[in-house]
Amino acid sequence: MNTATEILRGPVDCGGRDPALLRRMFRKMLEAREFEEQLYYLFLTTAMPGTMHQAVGQEAVAVGVVSALNADDTITSTHRGHAHCVAKDVPLNDMMAEMFAKREGSCRGMGGSMHLTDFDKGMLGAFAIVGAGIPIATGAALSAKVRGSGQVAVSFFGDGAVNEGIFHEALNMASLWNLPAIYIIENNQYALSMTVAESSALPDLAARASAYNMPGLRVDGNDALAVYDAARDAVERARKGDGPTLIEALTYRIRGHARFEAAGYRPAEEVEAWKAGDPIERFAAGMIAAGVAAEIELNQIRADAEKAVEDAIAYAESCTDVGADDYLAYITAEN
Amino acid sequence: MREIGLAAAVREGMVQEMRADPSVIVLGEDVGKFGGAFHVTHDMLDEFGPDRVWDTPISEAGFTGLGIGAALTGLRPIVEYQYLDFIYCAMDQVVNQAAKIHLMSGGRAKTPLVLRGPQGATGRGAQHSQSVEGYFMHTPGMKVVVPATPYDAKGLIISAIRDDNPVLFVEHKLLYGAASPGGGKALSDSAIQAIGMDVPEAPYAIPLGVADVKRQGEDVTIIATLLMLHRALAVAEGLETEGVSVEVVDPRTLAPLDVETIAASVAKTNRVVVVSEDVSRAGVAAELVATINDHCFYDLEAPVQRVAAANTPIPFAPASERHVIPQVGDIRAAVLRALSD
Repeated sequence: MNTATEILRGPVDCGGRDPALLRRMFRKMLEAREFEEQLYYLFLTTAMPGTMHQAVGQEAVAVGVVSALNADDTITSTHRGHAHCVAKDVPLNDMMAEMFAKREGSCRGMGGSMHLTDFDKGMLGAFAIVGAGIPIATGAALSAKVRGSGQVAVSFFGDGAVNEGIFHEALNMASLWNLPAIYIIENNQYALSMTVAESSALPDLAARASAYNMPGLRVDGNDALAVYDAARDAVERARKGDGPTLIEALTYRIRGHARFEAAGYRPAEEVEAWKAGDPIERFAAGMIAAGVAAEIELNQIRADAEKAVEDAIAYAESCTDVGADDYLAYITAEN
Repeated sequence: MREIGLAAAVREGMVQEMRADPSVIVLGEDVGKFGGAFHVTHDMLDEFGPDRVWDTPISEAGFTGLGIGAALTGLRPIVEYQYLDFIYCAMDQVVNQAAKIHLMSGGRAKTPLVLRGPQGATGRGAQHSQSVEGYFMHTPGMKVVVPATPYDAKGLIISAIRDDNPVLFVEHKLLYGAASPGGGKALSDSAIQAIGMDVPEAPYAIPLGVADVKRQGEDVTIIATLLMLHRALAVAEGLETEGVSVEVVDPRTLAPLDVETIAASVAKTNRVVVVSEDVSRAGVAAELVATINDHCFYDLEAPVQRVAAANTPIPFAPASERHVIPQVGDIRAAVLRALSD
């Protein structure tokens, strides 16, 4: 694909791939989708406090990138972070309990949707100030280099974040010092209401990499395997000590910016066209076309994912409400 | 006993912790080959190498964020700001990220991070003279350390490095001493006391949150930090010859604040003056006055006197700067007011 406006469609080319990897990626995308669809319903029924930002339609980016990582590699996420957490194996139960503000939540009910964190899974945090996670992942990469751990750090952020100054500062240092960092621009075309063309003087965001003397590439972000391949190459570079990579993944935010935001600033035809390029359905079509799985098997994976989310909701509802003064234990750390 | 200055004491504490703990690193502008603008990090690059001492580009927000990410993943970074005024470039990383990560993660994430640098009014105009500690005292999740003597500085920097929270460590330029390459004669002040200069060579830690009564007295208490602590001591010495016994309390850390020691002093003298070099409005002194009113109201025999910088950007003209920043005479006048009510 060459332009941000080109709608990406057609089956993902699944030929010659490890079937176990494909099934896992398919399952993860479905879990991320189902998790957010159920959240939306739970919000409508007012069962759930707070707010949330859905990544519906963007699942291939999170799952494609994380599938190229090791379990001990680290990531930072954003306010739109559920899919990243699902991809990084944060347990659905912990995530859902956090959404319900339960003590068993991944952040003990202190973080909520926008701050999901799980250090056991290398999920360093969701930082809900746009761009703020970029230097933090870069610091994790610096730490990996100092400790000689061989880990790679990935920062996910949106197209809006590239216009924060911190993007420039962090990418410059990462390249200067050959840090094992990977920067993923989830270009979902809109920063709330502002299109990329309205907010970036150079709408080819991957081209910005040249300012930092690092490779920059643009991939079809609704093709989980295209994302995976780009991430795998970047991981290899990072582990070899060859430095960071910037990847712009073109995708689309099917829903509004946040819950109850109807995104009326977008042409209906545009939304419909992107829906036709749904990353999960393109992946399913690709698996069938490559003869990796039959429809009936994919339907079973869909049912399993739905069941996992349903179970997570039941679990979360059975958890303990946060005590009003629980926060007192978390203001500062005791050594 | 050997005597060393505050800059040397901070440096010695950092070097000893770096020798003892390979996870301690230093990041900042010109901290490596230049040895730091005030030479607090001199020779550290030679001893520890570029993987431990990182000369950064001029990217305060960026290298603060790198420090946070490194702190979250097993290191104990010390981030130096060339002047603490520049930490404002990194406000999002400090206030929205570092200070909040522990709570946001439900206690699962720890950010052992020291943010340090020089501050204080020394004739450099509005953007290189501020006192920044008020912003961070205001920020839950932060610890704020304000050493006034070399002895305290060494023990407190060691505790700050060992602490699992983001710690702002404030160094006053005038207290670095006239020998500091950053200052020369501009960095001297006749009120600065030769106290706390006997600094043991062996490492030692002073716990954060423990105030120090720098001078015992009976009639009135002055609470002050950093350079103002020295001016308070000069006032106390002067008043002694006039028969007034002044107690001087140095909180040493503003967050956590040792309310107990402050309250004990107020209970003894019943009259209090609080002094701070940051601005008066919603500043450190304002918070101390409110805290004293909360905890000690019935011990007070006079209104608490507040002495702090005027509510203005700091002007360059030396006479104007002196007018803005509390001087010995201002503190003395406040003490006399506290005694006259």
